[in-house]
Amino acid sequence: MTTLFASLRIALRALMVNKMRSALTMLGIIIGVGAVIAMIAVGSGAKRRIAEQIASMGSNLLVVLSGSSTSGGLRGGAGTVPTLTADDAKAILTEIPAVKHVAPNLSGIAQVVFGNQNWSTIVNGTMPEILEIRDWPLSSGRAFTQQDVDGATKVCLLGRTVVENLFGGMDPIGQVVRIKKVPFTVIGALAPKGQSTWGQDQDDVIFVPLATAQKKLFGMHFPGMVRVITVQAKAPELIKEAEEEITELLRQRHRIQANQENDFTVRNLTEIMSSAEQSAKVMSLLLGAIASISLIVGGIGIMNIMLVSVTERTREIGIRIAVGAKSRDILLQFLIESLVLSLIGGSLGIGIGVAGTIILSTFTQWPTLFSIEAILLAFLFAGSVGVFFGFYPARKASLLNPIEALRYE
Amino acid sequence: MEPFIRVKDLVKVYQLGEVEIPALRGVSLSIERGEFVAIMGASGSGKSTFMNILGFLDRPTSGQYLLEGINGENLSRDELAEIRNQKIGFVFQGFNLLARTSALENVELPLIYTRASTSKRGEMAKEALVEVGLEGREHHHPSQLSGGEQQRVAIARALVNQPSILLADEPTGNLDSKTSAEIMGIFQRLNQDLRITILMVTHEPDIASFAKRKILFRDGKVVDDRNSELQP
Repeated sequence: MTTLFASLRIALRALMVNKMRSALTMLGIIIGVGAVIAMIAVGSGAKRRIAEQIASMGSNLLVVLSGSSTSGGLRGGAGTVPTLTADDAKAILTEIPAVKHVAPNLSGIAQVVFGNQNWSTIVNGTMPEILEIRDWPLSSGRAFTQQDVDGATKVCLLGRTVVENLFGGMDPIGQVVRIKKVPFTVIGALAPKGQSTWGQDQDDVIFVPLATAQKKLFGMHFPGMVRVITVQAKAPELIKEAEEEITELLRQRHRIQANQENDFTVRNLTEIMSSAEQSAKVMSLLLGAIASISLIVGGIGIMNIMLVSVTERTREIGIRIAVGAKSRDILLQFLIESLVLSLIGGSLGIGIGVAGTIILSTFTQWPTLFSIEAILLAFLFAGSVGVFFGFYPARKASLLNPIEALRYE
Repeated sequence: MEPFIRVKDLVKVYQLGEVEIPALRGVSLSIERGEFVAIMGASGSGKSTFMNILGFLDRPTSGQYLLEGINGENLSRDELAEIRNQKIGFVFQGFNLLARTSALENVELPLIYTRASTSKRGEMAKEALVEVGLEGREHHHPSQLSGGEQQRVAIARALVNQPSILLADEPTGNLDSKTSAEIMGIFQRLNQDLRITILMVTHEPDIASFAKRKILFRDGKVVDDRNSELQP
């Protein structure tokens, strides 16, 4: 242990002889490690953000859309003829064992007014199950019930963004708002959810009972029709099965012939979102790999400077060999020097990487995530670079001929 | 009884590409423990080559060299390093101290490779410095020492591991006559009081006369080998 300490001291002293040179050599490692830390933090942040968004959407979700995939979009265009009915939804729930909940949905964009405030938002006519399917609690009030749906009562649940824009800090429960000029009583406020995976503000929404939406807001042209049915499967393993059986069932119900296309689309949301997660993972790895290249360049810098150092100290090496240093002693001496260079550079690089990432995320609002493992990994990587690139010069030094070395000028 | 140093038919030939350069053409001699020998000759006479082989820094092309019965012939590079560490003390014309390092640490250098403990090292180095009359200057760097003082540090370093022989290559070459005499005084004292065997290369007859025996090299061979009765 004492020899390790002594060796470190000797190495530090040798590096201090030319502080400027040592500092510049370290710069490569500092930048390399800093870049790796920053890139991994950005990548991890993106991954975590996506995972959070996936979780906030609810789990094991399928979406059945009105219209075939070529004409329907994720929300259905205004001109699309809805081909799904609330009865379709009921059938899906009762006849397919893999399905846990269904929520047929008819929605559109509408103007909502309170007092002298107005706000344009998405109004979702749906079933009370939607709150469970989407894993969406209320922050106050109560949800509407099956009776509200049956009776087409004019009640609504407001999302956080709508509450903020219409009511400011006031409690909205019990107040009456006008949606498309129809009065609705606010019976509940939704807890905030944040942004969805594709950048939409999930809190900018109003939920009303499906029948009310169909009769009073959007469904007057196509009575009884819905555009979207949100389905929650019982377990992740059952999603595929549910998807196939829903397709089968609806083809039967809509009397679609074997050679005809579906007049609906089934989308596996979980699949879409986990592929987004995959992309984030790959991006994160890619960023890290690119940043690692700068670390390699830093290592080359170390090798370069150590070669110069060995040449400059040829005489010294000769003296050491003459008084009894073995090859291994000389090798270790110079290897420790490059290791110290790379580890000090690594530590500084971690500091700069962390600081830089914090500054970056403050200005760009990108999500970032630090992990101890990544930092330790970068540190170890820096150390290995030091040992790997320092080896050749150290070996050269250890093989010097003492007689020639002592004659060196 | 086996002599302290025994050299038999020592030959050294350097290979420079196609050209062969014979540096030693067959040297045989023996040296007893406690001798003080001056090795003289013109440059190219083979005296430096001879010293390098005696110091286990180089291997002969043929012939035998035994120090206290130890034959370096079949020893590895690392094993030779160990012998140098234990048995040989070097003193060079250019001092060859480590710059920006204190006198004490310079003297300690061989002890680092002996793996002596830190405290023991300091003690032994201090003693060696006292021996050469540099007590109190332990923490000075070479740049703060005169030529004579630097050479004394070098001598202390050569002595610190209690070697069998001291090999000095033109030890007074970079010193003025007064300092040279001081250094030679130290050598004589080490030889007489501590019975240290000293081999010294020099081309100056004045310096050589401090030694008790003079060996003259010419063209790779010993052409003269006599004891001197005169001592200044």
